[in-house]
Amino acid sequence: MTASTETGHPNVLAKAVREGVFAGVVAFLMFLLFVGIETYQDINNALVWRTRWGLLAIFVLVAAVSRFLSVGFIKPHIDRRKLAKAKSGVLEISEQKSFFHRHFLKIALVFLLVYPFLSLLIVGKQGSLKYVDNFGIQILIYVMLAWGLNIVVGLAGLLDLGYVAFYAVGAYSYALLSSYFGFSFWLLLPMSGILAALWGIILGFPVLRLRGDYLAIVTLAFGEIIRLVLINWTDVTKGTFGISGIAKASFFGIWSFDAGASNNFVKAWGLSASSVYYKVFLFYVILALCMLTAYVTIRLRRMPIGRAWEALREDEIACRSLGINTVTTKLTAFATGAMFGGFAGSFFATRQGFVSPESFVFLESAVILAIVVLGGMGSLTGIAIAAVVMVGGTEVLREMSFLKVVFGPDFTPELYRMLLFGLAMIIVMLFKPRGFVGSREPTAFLKERRAVSGSFTKEGHG
Amino acid sequence: MALGTTTTMTNDTILKVEHLSMKFGGLMAINDLSLEARRGEITALIGPNGAGKTTVFNCITGFYKPTMGMLTLQRKDGKEYLLERLRDFEITKLAGVARTFQNIRLFSGLTVLENLLVAQHNALMKASGYTILGLLGLPAYRKAVDASIEKAKYWLDKADLTDRADDPAGDLPYGAQRRLEIARAMCTNPELLCLDEPAAGLNPRESAALNTLLHQIRDEGVSILLIEHDMSVVMEISDHVVVLEYGQKISDGSPDHVKNDPRVIAAYLGVEDDEVEEVIAEELDGGTR
Repeated sequence: MTASTETGHPNVLAKAVREGVFAGVVAFLMFLLFVGIETYQDINNALVWRTRWGLLAIFVLVAAVSRFLSVGFIKPHIDRRKLAKAKSGVLEISEQKSFFHRHFLKIALVFLLVYPFLSLLIVGKQGSLKYVDNFGIQILIYVMLAWGLNIVVGLAGLLDLGYVAFYAVGAYSYALLSSYFGFSFWLLLPMSGILAALWGIILGFPVLRLRGDYLAIVTLAFGEIIRLVLINWTDVTKGTFGISGIAKASFFGIWSFDAGASNNFVKAWGLSASSVYYKVFLFYVILALCMLTAYVTIRLRRMPIGRAWEALREDEIACRSLGINTVTTKLTAFATGAMFGGFAGSFFATRQGFVSPESFVFLESAVILAIVVLGGMGSLTGIAIAAVVMVGGTEVLREMSFLKVVFGPDFTPELYRMLLFGLAMIIVMLFKPRGFVGSREPTAFLKERRAVSGSFTKEGHG
Repeated sequence: MALGTTTTMTNDTILKVEHLSMKFGGLMAINDLSLEARRGEITALIGPNGAGKTTVFNCITGFYKPTMGMLTLQRKDGKEYLLERLRDFEITKLAGVARTFQNIRLFSGLTVLENLLVAQHNALMKASGYTILGLLGLPAYRKAVDASIEKAKYWLDKADLTDRADDPAGDLPYGAQRRLEIARAMCTNPELLCLDEPAAGLNPRESAALNTLLHQIRDEGVSILLIEHDMSVVMEISDHVVVLEYGQKISDGSPDHVKNDPRVIAAYLGVEDDEVEEVIAEELDGGTR
């Protein structure tokens, strides 16, 4: 075996060169027009074009060299490792997992709990604002939304493209009820969840008889309807101006985070004035909400209703033949998913202090759905990782000002967010077609709990 | 037994199909079909391809709404249900009719055990107080969960699947999938089990194992209605055979009776129409001699 790989080596290199050149040619043809040539308007407003051979060369070189390396070195290396493993008799599945792998969830939870303090220690109060708010809270909101959508899409297999509608219902419930009636966050949080769940049921009824593509289109329309109502019902929602000055959440009514309040948190504890305390508090609130979502999802999966959801995803007709009322089963899935969207929405409103229909566009639904699909439908861990990668990744892009040195001062990395988003999705779907975590944990077992490979589970037909 | 009650069914009839017709557009799939299945018996529904057997099944189990006719099911406690008025899931839930499918419909991504637990959905939902009490983890619910696992184990044992309980259902070999589908249907506590070609695609050994399973199910007091092409299976296990052709009943009786019925022979061997008359005439002559 070793002899053949050794003699095969020059062949591999020759093949790598060939494939590298081929990749370069393909890249050249692909990027020739939309990287190599740039159109712009000159001083007379006429459209003219100039060439960017340097940039095109970079693109072509990257493609050629990475193909060369992957064919010539990376793939043989992986093959050799697999071979060595097979020889030593260790099966890949029985392999002892590393400490980090086994205790991943505990480590992640501990890290999340100490994260705000860690960032306070390392970058100080002012620096922490960015890390706690932009990274921590932002990512956790998406984790919660994706976990909520996971109940509808991942467990029940109902493709919902209008999930952001429930997020909007939650946010506006809090914004409107708190500014018109002055109710507190802790009262309105469950209320917005219930209202969103109600809307979930209202959406559920007409779409129950629809499946697959048709269901997706109707939910998409529902999301747009909610947004258009928010824009046009100006008497109540103030339309595109949005609602500003939404009350902050209080520390369970004991301390307030409003600067003027007598029971101000900062004053009560004798701390120096900074908005970072509020952000840290919000971080723990959304963390607790996420944990609630995860706990309820895990518990529900082991209950008959959760199993019925998964059975519905696998085969709806078989479900009906077993006496399961698919109408109520679908409705509960819609309502439960919507409820968590509503919780996340009311949290979003209190964190921003401002809501407008701009925040609830279709793109948001698409991003949340993308996170669920990338993470692996049904898997909480996978979805959380996908949210970190996707949302955290776009935030990291803002920090990459050093790229301006390479691409010139006009380069704004944030603008490439969607391009990279798409690229990342294609790569993940190529190598992990079932998402980061494609397997499914069984909810009951007789002797041993073995993960079910993703090749057996179905995506549902709506 | 039935005297004194208002029902017209005797207690040993579990299912009575009267004047059932099913029309798809211009096609008359079933035309004025009447049949009876007796309690505690295995009734087979046979007939050439396209005779309307599966359509009858779909009408009984609520997947089709019949164009005409009455389907009456009587449970052991004497309650009667008109199946054509119930929704498909209510037929299983209230009337106690369970079914399997011609092309196996398992929850392939769930494990074998989970498949059997999903089948006990209604009992568990009730025990969990429609999820709310179950979330609190009350002892009554936990007892119900243990009971459901015991029941799953019982049927796993009967279907010879205990070793594969924690494997995904989609990973089982074909014969085992057939048995699992039957075990899953049995976990809904049915009184009438409808099997759509349970022996299709099985090898002789698997077929024999299936026969044993079906006999065990019958011995538990569950009546079986089955569609089957494999004559050896039908003749061996059924107590009562109904033969369909072009949506109409052409013969009804014991396996031996049906086997020798000239109309059945004609239907299966494809004799010309005028020859059927001859065959019947000959048979009648033979009978009088």
